Amino acid sequence: MSETLRRSDAPGGIDLDRRPDRAGAIKSRLTSWDSIILVLTALVLLIASVTVDNFGTSRNFTFMVLDLLPIILIALPMTMIIVTGEIDLSVASTLGLTSSMMGWLWNQGLSIETIIPICVLIGAVCGVVNGFLITGLGLPSLAVTIGTLALYRGLAFVVLGDGAVADFPWNYTGWVTGTIGGGAVPNVLILIVALALVFGVVQHATPFGRSLYAIGANAQAAHFSGIRVARTKFWLYVGSGAVAGLVGVLWTLRYSSARADNGSGLELAVVAAVLLGGVSIFGGKGSLPGVLAGVVLLTALQNALRLEDVSGQALNIVTGSLLVLSVLLPNITTAVRGNWQRRKLRRAAAAR
Amino acid sequence: MAEANARPENQPPKPRTQPPGRESTAPRLEVHDVTKSFGAVAAVQGVSFPLYPGEAHALVGENGAGKSTIVKMLAGVHRPDTGTLRVDGADVDFAGPADAKAAGIAVIYQEPTLFPDLSVAENIAMGNQPLTRLRQIDRREMTANAERLFRRLGVPIDPSRPARGLSIADQQLVEIAKALSAEARVLIMDEPTAALSAVEVQRLFAVVRSLRDEGAAIMFISHRFEEITALCERVTIMRDGRHVATDLVSGLSVDDMIRRMVGRDLSALFPKQDVEPGEVVLEVEGLSREGVFRDISFSVRAGEIVALAGLVGAGRSEVMQAVFGVDPYDEGSVKVHGRRLRKNAPRAAMAAGMALVPEDRRQQGLVMELSIERNVTLPRARKLARLGLLFGGREREAAETWTRKLQTKLGRLSDAVGTLSGGNQQKVVLAKWLATGPRLLIVDEPTRGIDVGTKAEVHRLMSSLAADGLAVVMVSSELPEVLGMADRVVVLREGRVAAQLTRAEATEESVMYAAMGQEVTA
Repeated sequence: MSETLRRSDAPGGIDLDRRPDRAGAIKSRLTSWDSIILVLTALVLLIASVTVDNFGTSRNFTFMVLDLLPIILIALPMTMIIVTGEIDLSVASTLGLTSSMMGWLWNQGLSIETIIPICVLIGAVCGVVNGFLITGLGLPSLAVTIGTLALYRGLAFVVLGDGAVADFPWNYTGWVTGTIGGGAVPNVLILIVALALVFGVVQHATPFGRSLYAIGANAQAAHFSGIRVARTKFWLYVGSGAVAGLVGVLWTLRYSSARADNGSGLELAVVAAVLLGGVSIFGGKGSLPGVLAGVVLLTALQNALRLEDVSGQALNIVTGSLLVLSVLLPNITTAVRGNWQRRKLRRAAAAR
Repeated sequence: MAEANARPENQPPKPRTQPPGRESTAPRLEVHDVTKSFGAVAAVQGVSFPLYPGEAHALVGENGAGKSTIVKMLAGVHRPDTGTLRVDGADVDFAGPADAKAAGIAVIYQEPTLFPDLSVAENIAMGNQPLTRLRQIDRREMTANAERLFRRLGVPIDPSRPARGLSIADQQLVEIAKALSAEARVLIMDEPTAALSAVEVQRLFAVVRSLRDEGAAIMFISHRFEEITALCERVTIMRDGRHVATDLVSGLSVDDMIRRMVGRDLSALFPKQDVEPGEVVLEVEGLSREGVFRDISFSVRAGEIVALAGLVGAGRSEVMQAVFGVDPYDEGSVKVHGRRLRKNAPRAAMAAGMALVPEDRRQQGLVMELSIERNVTLPRARKLARLGLLFGGREREAAETWTRKLQTKLGRLSDAVGTLSGGNQQKVVLAKWLATGPRLLIVDEPTRGIDVGTKAEVHRLMSSLAADGLAVVMVSSELPEVLGMADRVVVLREGRVAAQLTRAEATEESVMYAAMGQEVTA
């Protein structure tokens, strides 16, 4: 949390902080989770590009961004949801359902231009169901979205069975996998940057974003401050569903294959990346830049390991371990920081 | 129940002029040159005082003076940065609450922390259960032990009932019994009386006196001077984290104590100015909520302070929370400036110019983890936004303006609000709502648990706001506050309006009579 709070002392505000403890603030900022994860990410990128063959190539960069795409997009609304103290585990199944629907609608002869908005809408409807069960009926989000995780995936198989639809038009699949002007920068990076900017601004510089942190830290006090807690959460689930729907479309186009099992297990990677990015699973704390770094770290690590021919199961081990570590490490850094402070005070007192 | 326990306090306490056995006895507990800082804030600086067996020792000071920090160090929650704590002359270093407990120190907090689903006897034996020969928990011995303790304390609590549903007063007595069963020799009571009725306070004092006479060392923290003079022999006064004086209570007048606490003379505590009331701002008509309150009607005019008085549990907070829209109601209407408000819509109430400073700062008033700045701007972040966007500068400016107006003592605006003392937290809540520019201010227990200095500031503030034409509704359990501040008093009893009194009609007797109905026979 302190990371996001401190962000507001950026230049431009009234500087109330010109105090002797400014140095302390900088120090604690350097030890904040945000910075640790950024440094860690840079390290992984650096080491991998030196030691892993083909990691630093432009071709691999393109692939990495494409691998990044589903995780990063879904992580944007997921960050907001986890900041309010809730969770959405149904995102990967929503992705699968929209992928199936996309194949089915394509078989019905609809045009891609019609199918894309319909798929986003289907995703949003999935979110509406989650949102209603959680905020309307007051059920716990963990249980509800584990339920809809199974439900939406099941529906995906009802729609398309075990089959796949593959004959999507080249001008769309080519755009998703293509790069700007044939260079190294993938077209989808534009989408990532645009959405990340929108979500980043909403989360960190709007009244709506402010209210998310208040809800996550103390929902009752938020309610007493005139924040519509249930309504806010409801719309977060709708947004999460819609983004998952969009990612379902992108996933289908990238592999040119609509399948019911598309993206299964992706929710694990998304939650791991968000927590790795310093968002507290208990709500109220976390920032989007940290999450973006978390996603890059996770994807780069997986990419590097895959280039080293590490098996898929081993990749799961890495994701799982990072998830556990991401919950564990912030606690450790806080403890270390507390110890530093105490030692400093004792020294100061002894000197007196 | 009340009658059964009303016995001991009929005799006024014998005032002791000497600290008991001071010449012959060594201190049971010594705080020696202790310092403790949190971040840049020095909460306690070089404080020393002894606590003798067989004395009741008051610890007083404004909020933020460092009393709670002292208590937490004695309880083993915090470790002193420098200085030492001594028990029976030996230095101790508590790594955690268990160590403090083992050293015979028991702390009774304002809100007891019992396990609600366990029985009273189980709570008392927690962590210390008697075992049978087969290493099973000896339930019979556990219950018998609880009974013995309650007999010793002279209180009729059934050891086999669950802790859930006990009054706060009874819960505290259970905590005391627990402390006795752990053979505590130092009993620290951190504002134990804040939520108790007068009868319950007397019963608690009777118990504390008997423990004191058996040789326990009692440290008693309270903001109520009449309690300190009634219970304690000596008093330690703190200000701004420093020790000011340790003295015999009998040698000090209340004025002396206040002057030493705040370091200045206080003008009248309740300075409500006379204001010609203006137009009607709030009209509550026939408001009812099943099982909570019924048929509540009253109105408030601009410039008026209307107090909602009554016993704890009479439904005062619930009524005002329904008026503000954070709680539901079934029937009736709420009108502001003649326009009916939607139910369950705090935002509509805020748009109509209403602000509610709630009773529970920690749970309802503030988001403890968020910064002071974010808390102050939370209800009106929308108004501070430009084109829907918030920039740090505007929020900071707004927060700075209001915290400065209310003379809030703080480090940095970006510090978490939870790092402030209780009184300053209350100022942040007030700042948060006054910043919205309300025309109707509802304050629920505005001075609960805050020190005299801040209390006077809050009263002065409310008075000047009313003078500027603000309509104020004040829920308060403190009669002097009600009588001093209010233009009119609406007394609630069991969810109904028992009386509406003008300033002239309102006296301690008339308000209490209405609040308690037939129970008072004076």
